[in-house]
Amino acid sequence: MPGKTLYDKLWEDHVVHTEEDGSSLIYIDRQLVHEVTSPQAFEGLRLTGRKPWRTDRNLAVADHNIPTTDRDKGIADPVSRLQVETLEKNCAEFGITEFNMADIRQGIVHVIGPEQGATLPGMTIVCGDSHTSTHGASGALAFGIGTSEVEHVLATQCLVQKKAKNMLIRVNGKTGPGVTAKDIVLAIIGKIGTAGGNGYTIEFAGEAIRALSMEGRMTVCNMAIEAGARAGLIGVDEVTIDYYRDRPYSPKGNDWFMAERMWQNLHSDPDAKFDKVIDIDAASIRPQVTWGTSPELVVSVDDKVPNPELEADAVKKQSMIQALKYMDLEPGQAITDIKLDKIFIGSCTNSRIEDLRAAAAVAKGKKVASSIKLAMVVPGSGLVKQQAEAEGLDKIFTEAGFEWRDPGCSMCLAMNADRLEPGERCASTSNRNFEGRQGYGGRTHLVSPEMAAAAAIAGHFVDVSTWEKEVRQ
Amino acid sequence: MRAFTQITGLVAPIDRANIDTDAIIPKQFLKSIRRSGFGPYLFDEWRYLDRGEPDMDCSTRPLNEHFILNQPEYQGAEILLTRENFGCGSSREHAPWALEDFGFRAIIAPSFADIFYNNCFKNGLLPIALPAAEVDSLFQELVPGYRLTIDLAAQTITTPAGRSIRFDVDETRKYRLLNGLDDIALSLQHADKIREYEAKRAKRAPWLFTN
Repeated sequence: MPGKTLYDKLWEDHVVHTEEDGSSLIYIDRQLVHEVTSPQAFEGLRLTGRKPWRTDRNLAVADHNIPTTDRDKGIADPVSRLQVETLEKNCAEFGITEFNMADIRQGIVHVIGPEQGATLPGMTIVCGDSHTSTHGASGALAFGIGTSEVEHVLATQCLVQKKAKNMLIRVNGKTGPGVTAKDIVLAIIGKIGTAGGNGYTIEFAGEAIRALSMEGRMTVCNMAIEAGARAGLIGVDEVTIDYYRDRPYSPKGNDWFMAERMWQNLHSDPDAKFDKVIDIDAASIRPQVTWGTSPELVVSVDDKVPNPELEADAVKKQSMIQALKYMDLEPGQAITDIKLDKIFIGSCTNSRIEDLRAAAAVAKGKKVASSIKLAMVVPGSGLVKQQAEAEGLDKIFTEAGFEWRDPGCSMCLAMNADRLEPGERCASTSNRNFEGRQGYGGRTHLVSPEMAAAAAIAGHFVDVSTWEKEVRQ
Repeated sequence: MRAFTQITGLVAPIDRANIDTDAIIPKQFLKSIRRSGFGPYLFDEWRYLDRGEPDMDCSTRPLNEHFILNQPEYQGAEILLTRENFGCGSSREHAPWALEDFGFRAIIAPSFADIFYNNCFKNGLLPIALPAAEVDSLFQELVPGYRLTIDLAAQTITTPAGRSIRFDVDETRKYRLLNGLDDIALSLQHADKIREYEAKRAKRAPWLFTN
């Protein structure tokens, strides 16, 4: 019998019941709840008179609508405020723990889960949010669900699922200077496309993945959904186990030792069979910049905006033409000639302490270019913010001319007051460059925190791997 | 949930790949705490020339007359024909809610994003994946007034010329959609199995049952 993939192991470990056609009822160990995709789920429970199966397996936080300035004044937009208040009321009514806006533990749902040890290796984790794939970085099966499924998990602690196929992406060798987890995952999406992972769970492996911290691994798994895969996975190693030691919700005492033993088996067997295997040479990856309105429309910073006339596939060519028009770019334009209006460092992709340290190292002692209207740094959680301030990162940012904000999803999707105005161009560390994503008519270029910070200083994109040297000369 | 058995409906084509859920229903409308009323804001940024806001009266907004769903011959469309990876991006169920509220009952495309595909079945909306060449031929054939008949029980699409195209759908999903069944009630029929699973798991992983 061939060995098992990590996904096979996690799946088998959670099957409660399987129908003849392979549809299975799988047990969910943790549900994260936020204000946008839960009101109708709680309403569904009320309408049917159902109670949550287990309240203790749910953890709620408001993040999408939360203001990142003047918190003491509350939420100005009445529609946003009602949604956040609705979450508070629902959690109180159904007995679910919620970190509210005044709680230091509040933050982006995918940042606080691992930070609290509320999402752990070996778990099944769901949330009404596609970036739930983030938590797969710890060897957990984590994926986004719709609101009907949020209600289903509340009511049954299970989900009806069909097993996905197994894909392995190996990033072999070492990355070069200025290349981060974000560049690795953008390069992967550029290679396999935004639909490349449809129907698969993607396991990321190889030397370059192993070399990443937990924060970096979360960045990679976060964007598995941008490659079409609901779930991304990385096998457990010492980096994983060290990360979860002593987190507030991590197992304690004898439970910890039991957990550690169990988690050590959370990797694919050497003879495991994958439906698809892709190899990528880490050394070939350069800092990445998206130029279009889909994350797959990405090039290296030293490349030029591509020419749709050279694309053979008619549907792809049409997408490229539409993207160029929306982004107001010309084929052949150098990426480093693209000038920015706003800079956003934050989101569930890149708002963890390591991301802020990396951006601060680039910004230290420099000034944001006068042509930049706004450069903002939004930490992923109250605790990330506190840690960054203890390290003096906030001072580095504010002295350079960045705004230092309170935690939340912010301008990743602009549900709060942070947004682009029509025509504005932004270097963003978030995960989606769709039309209107960061504000009606706004134009988004996805990059790493280092690339975003450097673009803020220069006013246009620069290659971080060589730029530092140029500035010193 | 409304059951889906058989429909004969007008087809509206949107010839574009990778239509994301931000395009289907922009984020400002996600602030609603209701499950209905999203239809007027479907494809908001493509459909109207102004910027949409929640609770806006859409009857007085300036329309983008080039957008297919605004053209007179596609009024009342129930079947959407589109390109690959439809519904990519966020998990927002507001996307199928908006499509269903607008009047769509089925979507035909070469492929769908996984979360969106799954969400459709919870809302009486049938997503049908066909080979790209088949979708291409439907785009070629399509003229204003073009109607298709979709029979879920038989898993067939019938063109006006009488050509029958077979499509795949999981048995479990098909059964639930044909009968308009509530997933939760069906899953709760396995309540004993869920408790049994929990009892076993609590022995192996007690930390999942202590806080």
